[in-house]
Amino acid sequence: MNREPVWQPSASQAALKSRAQQLAFVRGFFAKREVLEVETPVLGRCGVTDVNLDGIPAQVSAGTRKGGWLQTSPEYHMKRLLAAGCGSIFQISRVFRNGEQGRRHNPEFSMLEWYRTGFDDVTLMAEVSDLVCGWLGCERPEIIQYRDALRRWAHIDPFAATDLELMRRCEEWLEPEQLADLGRDGCLDLLMSFAVEPNLGRGRPVFITGYPASQASLARVSKSNGYETAHRFELYVDGLELCNGYWELTDPREQRLRFEADNELRSRSGKPEMELDEAFLAALDQGLPECSGVALGLDRLLMLKLGVQDIREVLAFPFERA
Amino acid sequence: MASYSTNEFRGGLKVLLDGDPCIILENEFVKPGKGQAFNRVRLRNLMTNRVWERTFKSGESLEAADVIDQDMEYLYTDGEFWHFMLTDGSFEQYPADAKAVGDALKWLKEQDVYTVTLYNGSPLSVTPPNFVELEVVDTDPGMKGDTAQGGSKPATLSTGAVVNVPLFITIGEVLKVDTRSGEYVSRVKSS
Repeated sequence: MNREPVWQPSASQAALKSRAQQLAFVRGFFAKREVLEVETPVLGRCGVTDVNLDGIPAQVSAGTRKGGWLQTSPEYHMKRLLAAGCGSIFQISRVFRNGEQGRRHNPEFSMLEWYRTGFDDVTLMAEVSDLVCGWLGCERPEIIQYRDALRRWAHIDPFAATDLELMRRCEEWLEPEQLADLGRDGCLDLLMSFAVEPNLGRGRPVFITGYPASQASLARVSKSNGYETAHRFELYVDGLELCNGYWELTDPREQRLRFEADNELRSRSGKPEMELDEAFLAALDQGLPECSGVALGLDRLLMLKLGVQDIREVLAFPFERA
Repeated sequence: MASYSTNEFRGGLKVLLDGDPCIILENEFVKPGKGQAFNRVRLRNLMTNRVWERTFKSGESLEAADVIDQDMEYLYTDGEFWHFMLTDGSFEQYPADAKAVGDALKWLKEQDVYTVTLYNGSPLSVTPPNFVELEVVDTDPGMKGDTAQGGSKPATLSTGAVVNVPLFITIGEVLKVDTRSGEYVSRVKSS
């Protein structure tokens, strides 16, 4: 299809103005709390091993290095700054995720990521509430355990259910042959996306916390009610997933094992294995201070502020116009 | 035949699903930040016209359906088939059966051009242009002096279609009709 190129922005003037105000609000928020603003590379040597995140490779040729990745998150670089003794830091950066496009996704988007030394997940959740509610003027979020959310809206216990029971539950959305290689976490993600998420944060924002250990990613894990759960939280406002935070894992050996497990999962699902970010692992070896960190989608925050349903209404130039 | 991966899905794409040709109406990308991505897709089955909602894991693919839209001139009917001819100068003819012609039947006028959807080379459906011009063959007598104001009456058109028209319309006049709503639009000035 040959369409005329569209040169105009897809966001209104009012949206662009609100975006600038949002940036000023965020910077003011952290300045008052004496959290240092930092900038780390958007273009890195390594990508991420996470099986559900596809980076965008770059054809870099500089010095002896060839190739690189547009970063899916500034996490590893920021943790290296933490290991270097920077203290609490925040960053507003562009991040890139291949293949993600839709009403709530654009392959390039604005991420606010911050780390608080000495904070646990509960303390950081309170700060997230201060920021989000301070900007949106919304009610402070309630906290719902992952397990309770799945039981309430998907009618299944995510910890006690067998793999077979989970697959059966998912047959409402997928054919048995599609489910065969989805795996336990894939089933849980499906239920979360289709049965739970649309109900979250209607009226009052909701933190979901206590994720299964298998979905811990870079969060530390502890036992509660006999099940291993991750110190990970997500905030939902009006059915929209806004941020993802961890009480950060600081154990370099555990981190390396999780990366290797990711790569195994990758090769099993036919995705290329990713080179481990050894500089990041070396920083963990040196010692990451006890901290919690969170990443928040600024474009989605602006969608909520303006009450719009499509991310293109808050981006000057979404990818199809870029 | 080519296939399309979920990240190529978009409205208008024609794919095979459960052996039937379908057109994608909507494709919604759904993904928790740290989790598996899915595509929620609404499709219309082109054989049955039913709308399906299906979920795909991102990265799954569907075979492309050999479905194309062609402009064709309506020629005639032999009672069993309605014959159309490509307007590209090839004079190639295609017979469409009653199922393919469907609701377009009441708007078919010889020598007018229609969109014929071909599936594996055979007519699957016929879509009339948004507006057609047809002659009134039967309606109650027009009332003098009655112009734009009030009231309507049924009028039978040359194709057999019946539309509601203003009271001043008379037999022999040519009308512009919106085929999507089946509503009268205006009179066509006769020269």
